[in-house]
Order: sequence, then C-alpha cells, then structure tokens
Amino acid sequence: MTEFIIRRSIQALFVLLVMTVLVFFGVNVIGNPVYIFASSECDQACLARIIADLGLDKPVWQQYLIFMGNLFQGELGNSFTHGIPALELIFQRLPATLELAFSALVIALVVGVPLGMRAGLKPEAFSSRMIMGFSMLSFSVPVFWIGLIMIVVFSVQLGWMPAIGRGDTVPFLGTDVSFFTLDGLHHLAMPAFTLSLIMMAMVIRLTRAGMREVLYADYIKFARANGIRERRILSLHVMKNILIPIVTVLGMEFGGVIAFAVVVESIFSWPGVGKMLIDAIAVLDRPLIVAYLIFVVIMFVALNLFVDILYSLLDPRVRLGGAAA
Amino acid sequence: MKHWITGLVTGAVLAATPVLAEEVLTFGVRSEASSLDPHWTQLSADLQVQEHIFEHLVDLDSASQPSPGLAVSWEAIDETTWEFRLREGVIWHDGEPFTAEDVVFSFDRLRGGISGAPASPAFTLEKGGKTWEIVDDLTVRIYTDGPYPTVAEDLAMVPIVAQHAAEGVTASVDFNSGQAAIGTGPFMLEEFVPGSRVSVVRNPNWWGGDVHWDRVVFRPVGEDAARLAALLNGDVDMIDYPPTIDLPQLQEDPDFTVSTIPSDRLIYIMPSYRHVEEFIRDNDGNVMVPNPMRDWRVRRAMSLAINREAIRDRIMGGASLPTRNIVPPGFFGYVEELEADPYDPEAAAALLAEAGYEDGFQITLHGPNDRYINDARILEAVAQMWSRVGITTEVDAMPRNVFFSRLIRGDELTMPGFDVPEFSVSMTGWGTVAGEATYTVSGTLETYNAATGGGNGNFGRYSNPAIDARSVLAKQTIDNDERLEILQEAIRIGMEDYAYIPLHFQVNQWAMISSLEHSPRTNERMLAIEVSPAE
Repeated sequence: MTEFIIRRSIQALFVLLVMTVLVFFGVNVIGNPVYIFASSECDQACLARIIADLGLDKPVWQQYLIFMGNLFQGELGNSFTHGIPALELIFQRLPATLELAFSALVIALVVGVPLGMRAGLKPEAFSSRMIMGFSMLSFSVPVFWIGLIMIVVFSVQLGWMPAIGRGDTVPFLGTDVSFFTLDGLHHLAMPAFTLSLIMMAMVIRLTRAGMREVLYADYIKFARANGIRERRILSLHVMKNILIPIVTVLGMEFGGVIAFAVVVESIFSWPGVGKMLIDAIAVLDRPLIVAYLIFVVIMFVALNLFVDILYSLLDPRVRLGGAAA
Repeated sequence: MKHWITGLVTGAVLAATPVLAEEVLTFGVRSEASSLDPHWTQLSADLQVQEHIFEHLVDLDSASQPSPGLAVSWEAIDETTWEFRLREGVIWHDGEPFTAEDVVFSFDRLRGGISGAPASPAFTLEKGGKTWEIVDDLTVRIYTDGPYPTVAEDLAMVPIVAQHAAEGVTASVDFNSGQAAIGTGPFMLEEFVPGSRVSVVRNPNWWGGDVHWDRVVFRPVGEDAARLAALLNGDVDMIDYPPTIDLPQLQEDPDFTVSTIPSDRLIYIMPSYRHVEEFIRDNDGNVMVPNPMRDWRVRRAMSLAINREAIRDRIMGGASLPTRNIVPPGFFGYVEELEADPYDPEAAAALLAEAGYEDGFQITLHGPNDRYINDARILEAVAQMWSRVGITTEVDAMPRNVFFSRLIRGDELTMPGFDVPEFSVSMTGWGTVAGEATYTVSGTLETYNAATGGGNGNFGRYSNPAIDARSVLAKQTIDNDERLEILQEAIRIGMEDYAYIPLHFQVNQWAMISSLEHSPRTNERMLAIEVSPAE
C-alpha cells in the first residue's frame, strides 16, 4: 500500500513537471498580458517598464527557471491581475466550487441510483423507458442551455429562485459554506442540479447496466434460493456489486466537475475557481493559470488514489501494490 | 423564566430602534473589480468601484470634462508651474483630515510605478516630466519640463489615497482587505468578497452633499443572459452592458428603463502603411508592391464602402454613433463639420478603379472578438461590404489576449526579433479617457517614435509631417482656444487623408428597474451618486 502511494506520487511529480512546461510556454506563445491591461495612453517607455517589472522581458526559459526556483521554495507567485498570491486566490474560491461539486454529486447519487435500479429491475416498464429517455437527454443537451432555461423558467417567469450568485455563508470547519443556511440552499439548488445532470445520467446508465448483469449472476440466484428477502438482496448483494463501476467513473468525473465547473459557474455567476480560471486565461494571468493547473493535477492524482483505495475496499479481489499489469 | 427575560429585553431593544428601511442599490456588473488598490490597474471595472471610495484632485463631469474634485481650483502660474488649491474641511473615511501631504504621498507612491501592478497610472504623472511640491496644507504646485497644457486632465487619472492608511502597506492586498482602502469619496468600503460582491456604505461626511443610498452592492455577473435575468427577476436593480439583442424588449417593458450616452470609445479600422504587407495580396495571391493602402483613394473607397447606419441598426441595436471624428461630441477637439462618410458603394468602386485596382484585391481583416461591443459581428459585416466593392476580405477574429499582443508587437516568440505590428488591416478601439483630444491625436495620428512616446497607438505606422508638427505644438500650447484650433486642424488633416477609418463611437447603455433614474456618463462608469429614485 505504502509503496503504491509512493509510486503514484513520483508519477504525479513527473506529470506536474511536464504540465508546468507546457502551460508556461503555451501561455507565453499566446501573448503578453501587459498589452491587455495597458491604457491606450501608456506609451512605449511605460509598456517597457511594466514588462520589465513583471519579469516578462526575459527569455521564456529564464522566466521558467525563475518560476521553478520559486516553486521549490513553495512560492507560486502573485496573480498579475489581483496582486495577491495565486494560491491564496485559489483557496479563497475553492470552497464555493467544492460545495457546488459535492452537492451535485449527492444529487446525482440520490436521484440516479434509485432511478437506475428501477430501470434495471423492470427494463420494459413505461417508467423505465422514461427514465432512460431522461438520462439520454441529460447527456446530450448542453449544460449551458439547460442552465439558461432553468434561469428563464424558475427565476424570471416563476420568480422562485435567485438567478445569480451564492447565498449567505456560515463558517464551518475553518471555511465558509452556504448549505447550512436556507438562503444558501436556495441559491445552491439550480446550479447544483444543473451540474449534477451529466453525472446523474451516467449513474442511471451504470446502475441499470450493473443491475441487468448482477441480477442474473449465480450468487444472486443462490441468495434467492436461500430465501433471503428481495429487499436485502437488492440493498446489499446487488448494491455492493454495482457500486464498483459507479465509484470508478464518478471518481474520475468528480475531478473534472471540480476542475471545470466553469460553464455552470459562469451561467449562475457562482464565485468558484472555474470562473476564476476563465477570467485568468482571458487576461493571460500566467501565475494564476499555472498555479491553478498545478492544483488540478494534484487533485486528479489524489482522487485517482482515493478511488483505487476505495475500489480495493469494495472489491477484495483487487490488490493494491501488485505489479502494474 | 430565562426566555421571558430575553423576550422582554429584545422587545425593548426593538421598540427603541426606529424602523428605517435601508436604501440599497444593487448593481449587476459585467466584469469584477480585480483590485481595490486605485493605483493597481486602470481597467474600467476596477475604476468603477474605486471611484465610489477614492477621489481625484480633478473630477471628470459626465462629458469627461475636468471639474473641481479634491482641488477647488487650479491655474497655470507660469508656463511650467501649476497651482492646485485643495478643498477645505475634507476628511477621510476614518475621520483624519485630508491635506496636501496625502496628495504628495499619492504621487510619490506612483513614482516609478507600483511593483507588480499591470497598469498603474504612473505614466500620467510622468507625462510632461511632472514634479510636485507642497506650498501649504491646502496648496500643491506641479512643475513641468516645458509648457504642458493637460496637467488637470492627467491628474483626473490619479486617485488620492490616505497617507496614514496606505503608507508601507502591501499594494493591492491591503486595499482589498479594507485596511488601506480609506478614501474621501461618497461611499466607504464595507466588504470585498472576490467573485461574489463588493459592498460600500454611505459616507455621512462626504463634502459633495447628501448621498441617497445607504448601501451599494456590486455583483459580478459575467454572462450577458444571466445579468439580464438577474435584472428581470429582481436580484439586481441595474446592470451595465445589457445585451444589445434584448434592448428592444427592455425598452418596451414598462417595468424597466434604459439609459444611453455616446461613449469616448472610438471603434476604427487601421490600415498599415508599410511597403510590403503580408495580408494584402492580389487576386492571384501574390504580395502586392506597392501596398495599396498607401493610396489615399483606396482608403477613401474602403470608408465609403462601409454602411455605418446598417451596422448601427442591425448589429448594434441602434446603439452606436457613426462618425468621422476621433473624439465624441462635447469633447475638447471635436470637429463639428466632419460628418460620417455616407454609404456609397458606386463611388467606392469608382475610386478603386481610378487607383488602378478595378479588379480588386484580397485582404485579411484582423480584430478582437471579445473586447468591444459586438466586435466579431462588425468585422463580418465590414468584410462583406468590402467584398461587395471588389476587396475580397477574409476575417480573422481572435480573443483579445491574442489580438493585442500581435497588434502591438507581432509574434515575438515564434519569430525572434520580429517585434513590429503584425496586421495589415485591423479593427481596434481608442478611448479618450480625459475628454481632451491632445493624446488621441498624438497617440493615433503622430508618427511612431519610441523615444518621445509619439504615435504609441499608431500601429499602422501612418506618418504625416503636417500632423506631427501640429501634434507636438498642441502638447505645448497652454492657451485653450489656440490649442483647440491646432488640434482640430490636425484631426481634419488626418481624417481627410483617411489616416485610419473611423466607424463609430460605442454607445454606453445601462438597464434598470423603472423606479430608478440614471444620468449616464461618457466614460463607461456606473456611479451610485448618479442614480436616484425616479420621481
């Protein structure tokens, strides 16, 4: 187990290294942020001074070495735009995104698993067809459109829901969360539901497929023959087995949801990291972009690890630490 | 028993507090403020929030003309000395008195730029080689290298911060936290929650008189449709940049009003004058020598081929002001008789034939697609109009983060040493921030000169000695009438030569609930003191 974790961490370091090279040089190819910020009256001398001040006048490789040097001292640099350490900005915004992503995950599971089980148990029933149709729609209709339609219907027409932003927050475990206040939940509902749709569709499909497979497995027949109640069969024996693919896929998906919740965050003006990333790219705020992507890589690696461990707990046949096949 | 006491106490407190409804104004803004340090950037979104908190020696009125701010008056004592009399009895938000020390501190803070700041207004202080000196508590003198007329306009760009609050603090960070964000303006910073809101509360001691709003909240809503939805369902009271496509419905809806004013931002097309242009080719795809843009008739033809009214009506939702001027009406330097070119494709085709291009040629028109209002659609329209008269035009629209680097310096990375403007024909914008045309003439019409800073926005490298002479003279002419005449001459020469092709001034628009009244300003800022309950 320990060996496994160490090996994973070394892999992660390599990924990080490659990523910083790509992003650093990539952002540089796009352009120079000073030209975006500068007032039209800022003349050549003025531009040159700002470029030198930000260190952008040096060759890219030199800038990269300076950046790596600082990185080893745990210093990711200040955002050009905000003048605030990039990491601080990320951690300022992260709670909002995590909250949104977790809520979406919970909605996806709570709604998705029962619907998927129903569709798997009685695949020919009308309700099951409806469920599968719904999951198909959730997959294929763009999130952007769904979000806007929800705003138009529930905020503008019916006036039930706020269209933008995050609600009141309360301190919780050293951070601010909004799901303990009524106003917070009110604001959270639409964006979280919108964000959950694709995950939900996936959960429904995976659960259904799992049900179809597991229900005909010998051990289920055996359990039935033993006279175990149907309820117990479904909630224990079936559930345990269909959860494995769901955990795997959702684990991966969840990283993506956190890292790139940007569409939903933009539509609902949710103050999360995704929106911050897009703003940073628009003005080529390189320290912020690089810091954010480093964070994302670390998060993906950690999630991968977490999923693998959870996997081994759910399925004892999986052994961590064995030779990579 | 305990509950009973609590109830009694609460009741007593409630009874003692007069019930006053708090007057709150909530803005939905397209872009969030990136910092509350007023010396950090000069982005409109930042200035808009900061101007509620901080003030300048010189204010800009709604037509961007200088008016008294923290200075009540100013005059040129001699050609190189300006004296500013400060307003008496102004106090900072924390109760400290405002003095000349604060002014000089603010200027000194900016000297040499703020380290790490991507666009501090330091350069406005450097223009004309300004130095400064305290005469007494309420008098400051500014000295310039030589005769320099636009000291007041420049100082309208320099926010004054409090020495006792901002000395030795970390730029940006300590302003965002509120520690250093002590101003003299009509509102005091309450809270800045990045991504969510900035809220300011009324400054009861403001020198400018009563402020109606108890609290003003700025909420960033970047998505156009969401910003409109937030207005429609009452989450916010007023928004900037309402989507042009929805304007007709908004204007018809009795629950909402739209306020409108031409802005200082000129949208124009800039041809490049180099002898060989990569993006201008004949119909067989060969680079053309000489570059047809160097022919006055070609540039005129390109201007006549553009239907500015159609762009206004069909793309801008009526919100643009077609023009041939470089500063908007009401600004110092506006030339009354320069009228927008009429749409005349026949004349355009004839001019092209006369110049020897009856078969036309091909160009690529470059421009941004996320910087100006409807920029990508304007590019497409212009391309079609030009193609109709024989100039086959291909559009290359790109995000502003790519566009401006290539516009200004070309592609430095992939072509080392290649640091000249890249585009042959491009669309861009120019904002005349200080309501005065001197730097618009110098920046866009004067010959490019890295040493003097002339022509710093002249990426087409237009060069005309008749304009250069006037532009340099205008920068040294203190007498307003004389300077106005020189500037207008320079503009007339440049526009009659089609140095570049003006399309229109953008029109600023704001949408609000109909119980509000707004007196808009040219410079794109939405200020709470200019919003009041409708009669």
